[in-house]
Amino acid sequence: MSNKQNWPLFEVFIRSKNGLHHRHVGSLHATDEEMALENARDVYTRRSEGVSIWVVESKNIYASNPEEAGELFEPAKDKVYRHPTFYDLPDEIKHM
Amino acid sequence: MKNQSLFDYLLHLGDNSLILGHRLSEWCGHGPILEVDMALTNISLDLIGQTRNYFQYAAEIEGKGRSEDELAFLRVDRQYKNVLLVERPNGNFAETIARQFYFDSFHKPFLEKLQASQDEQIAAIAAKSLKEVTYHLRFSTDWVVRLGDGTEESREKMQDAVEEFWTYTADLFKATDLEREMVKEGIAVDVEQMKVPFMEHVEDTFARANLKLPDFEPMQVGGKEGLHSEHLGHLLAELQYMQRAYPNMQW
Repeated sequence: MSNKQNWPLFEVFIRSKNGLHHRHVGSLHATDEEMALENARDVYTRRSEGVSIWVVESKNIYASNPEEAGELFEPAKDKVYRHPTFYDLPDEIKHM
Repeated sequence: MKNQSLFDYLLHLGDNSLILGHRLSEWCGHGPILEVDMALTNISLDLIGQTRNYFQYAAEIEGKGRSEDELAFLRVDRQYKNVLLVERPNGNFAETIARQFYFDSFHKPFLEKLQASQDEQIAAIAAKSLKEVTYHLRFSTDWVVRLGDGTEESREKMQDAVEEFWTYTADLFKATDLEREMVKEGIAVDVEQMKVPFMEHVEDTFARANLKLPDFEPMQVGGKEGLHSEHLGHLLAELQYMQRAYPNMQW
C-alpha cells in the first residue's frame, strides 16, 4: 500500500429515493470503478441514504473555472424577467 | 432444559458471528485506507447485529433471565461454540481477507438453507442476515481477485494467506452430534452438504484470481465443541474486560 496516494479519486452521486435525481455527496479513493462503487456503498449509504449510486473518476469531470465566474454567471443576475414571478396565480392553485 | 439443544445451536450460530465481528472490529482505525476501514467495520457491525438476534432468542429459550450481554460477555472460552476459522488473528490485510472469504463462502449458502429452518425465528434471522452476507461475500471475493490478480507482492501475500487458513475450513463442514440432532428436527443445516457450494465458489474465485488451491486436506476441527486455539482466550480477555472489571456496567 506504499503507493496508496496514487489511487485515483472518484466522485460519488447518490439518489436518495426513487423519482429524485442523483446528487453529488462527496468523493473517495479506489483503484477501479467496482471498488469505488463498493466504497461508496460503505462510506455514503450506511444510514439508508440511497437507492442508487453513480461513481465517476474525478478526472473525467470537465468543470467550469471559478475565475470565469464573472463572464459565465454575472450576466444572468439582472434579468429578473427570466424568473416566473410576474404571473398572478389563482388561489385555487397550490404547490406552485 | 427441554430446549438445551436449540439453545446450544443458537449459541453456535451467534458465536461465529460474534467472534468474527470482534476480529473485524480490531481493524477500526487501522484499515489500509479510510474506505476499507469503514467497509471492514460495517461488516463487523452486521455480524454483531446477527449475534444479537441469535442471543436474544437464545436467552428467551433458556428462560433463566440471562440477557444477550451475559451470553456474550460472561462465558469462558470452553463454552464458546464458534468455528476455529473465525478466531484466527487478523494478520495482514490479505490474511483478514482470506479468513473472511472462506467464512463468507460458507456463510452464504448456509444461510440460504437456514431460511428453510422449521424454527420460524431462526428462519427469519437467516433471511435478514442473508442480504448482509451476500454483500460480505461480494466484498471479500472482489478483494481476493484484486490482490491475487494484482502485483507480484500482493499475489504472493494472498496465496500465503489462503494456504494459511485452509486447514481451519475443516471445522465448517464437520457436523457435531448437536448439529446432526438439530438437522433431524428440521432446525439446523447439514453443514457437510455445504462443502459443494463452498468449493464451487472458492475454485471459481481462485481461477479468476490466479491463485492455486492448497494441495492438502483441511484438518483442524473442534471449535464447535469448545476446543479452541489459544487465540480465543486473548480475544475474550479484551472482549470481556469491561464486564469482568465492572460487573453490570452500562454504556
